[in-house]
Amino acid sequence: MMAVRIDPRKVWLPGLSLVILLLLAVLPYLRPGYTIVLVYTILMYVVLTMSWALFSGPTGYISLAPAAFFGVGIYTSAMLGKALPLPVLVCVGGLISACLALLVGALTLRLKGIYFAFFTFGLVELMKNFVLWYEVKFSGVRGRFLVIRIDNITIYYILLAILAALLLTTYVIRRSKYGLALQSIGQDEEAAAHTGINVTLLKVVIFAVSAIFIGAAGAIWAIRLTYIDPYIAFDALNSFMPVLMAIFGGIGQIYGPILGAAVFSYLREILITRFPYHYMLLIGTILLVAILFLPDGLVGLVQKWHQRALRGQHANT
Amino acid sequence: MPILEGQGVTRHFGGLAAVAGVDFHVGEGEAVGLIGPNGAGKTTLFNLVSGALVPRPGTIRFKGENVTGFRPHKICRMGIARTFQSVKVFADMPALENVLLGLLFGAPGRVSPADAAREAAELLDFVGLPAVGASAAKDLTLANQKRLEIARALATKPQLLLLDELMAGLNPTEVGQAMELVTRIRARGIAIFMIEHVMKAIMSVCDRIIVLDHGKKIAEGTPREIATSKAVVEVYLGE
Repeated sequence: MMAVRIDPRKVWLPGLSLVILLLLAVLPYLRPGYTIVLVYTILMYVVLTMSWALFSGPTGYISLAPAAFFGVGIYTSAMLGKALPLPVLVCVGGLISACLALLVGALTLRLKGIYFAFFTFGLVELMKNFVLWYEVKFSGVRGRFLVIRIDNITIYYILLAILAALLLTTYVIRRSKYGLALQSIGQDEEAAAHTGINVTLLKVVIFAVSAIFIGAAGAIWAIRLTYIDPYIAFDALNSFMPVLMAIFGGIGQIYGPILGAAVFSYLREILITRFPYHYMLLIGTILLVAILFLPDGLVGLVQKWHQRALRGQHANT
Repeated sequence: MPILEGQGVTRHFGGLAAVAGVDFHVGEGEAVGLIGPNGAGKTTLFNLVSGALVPRPGTIRFKGENVTGFRPHKICRMGIARTFQSVKVFADMPALENVLLGLLFGAPGRVSPADAAREAAELLDFVGLPAVGASAAKDLTLANQKRLEIARALATKPQLLLLDELMAGLNPTEVGQAMELVTRIRARGIAIFMIEHVMKAIMSVCDRIIVLDHGKKIAEGTPREIATSKAVVEVYLGE
């Protein structure tokens, strides 16, 4: 006899994610046009932020490398875009980024705290200048035009597919014993090692896994950019945005970075289009307010409301 | 044959010989105490045994195998577990998950999640923390955090347990309980190598005591021999 018991607390989040993914999947049929571009911009930032949080969230290693992996994805498209079909191109972008992450991770993940942050940021500059040197020396160009004609709906669906894969990966890792181990590394790395966890290997592998999705997002994003050069592809902003968005949303929970990235990038798009001259000022103010008054991010705020609502219920009964 | 054996184990920090040419061994199921004044190199010796540091020169053998230079997680999986002088629990994680990590990563072989959870609860019970499984480790008292560290260490199924100043910071009642816990761990057949400043504890628990001073072994013997040793008294009290 088999009894299937479902704990509502355990299924509501995956369930909700599934519903949202399905809604997103039918969105192009309901609202074509600008909405699609707006939503896939948001999806791109959600992918960047979730990938960043996959590694940096539990371990507390602040990585500023996303722009390097994103740029590698972009240049994969720029150089191989004509030779490979789109899905393969996206996968190759992810894999090359992962290889870079494995190499860099193996070299630098023994650095702790601010040193790791600095080094990963240095990686962005290094990659930018390396690619610039390579292009000028061997390709004889400074930038490239991408002449791959792909419509917005395809870009949208590929980003959605990357997001779905990332959600699944994050969920599986978090639920597995390796999720627990990552958390323990963030709490006390020395104790984790003496508890039998191969901390170096685990850190490097998860760092590389997170780079796969950033690279894949970069490969598809390149097509939207149409013109790229190393300064555009390795824009340092792509390293800071995921960190800001994750903090804005709240790092502790799996859905914090998602919420943070979605709300933040939506606000950004809206503010850029409505208030092009005051956009920076407004974004800065919002960030300051969030950091001062929402130490646990948007998720912390939601949880506070939730608790207050629960207390209200008890008071009434 | 001893379960743990060190030969000429040495480690320098800059020009300072923290541990210099120390030979030591721990027999199977034996309880060995490690004492000495502050800065004698006791914790450094533990770090060398547990793989946090590599001896240069010197060799360490465990169960007859040369484990010199093995990394901490490997040493742990081979059967040497440790606790820390300043408690290192996974502060924000529930006590049960602290122990679970030991079972899932440190213990040889695979365990199903259900078995691991049951075993973790049993271990918490064994160290005297039956009701705190769900509380975050940081919310426990110091004495209970030390018990939690022991539960996490035992979860890795060790044959040798290194205890670094288990009794430090505990009140007399808690010291008594800790001594009783050590006795029960020994009854499981686990050898114990312990650093301790509480003399009453080390004298009554240990079969043999090693005394370090300035990185060198200056005496070794039964608790009675050590208590009457002239060299030891000199080191502790001056001439």
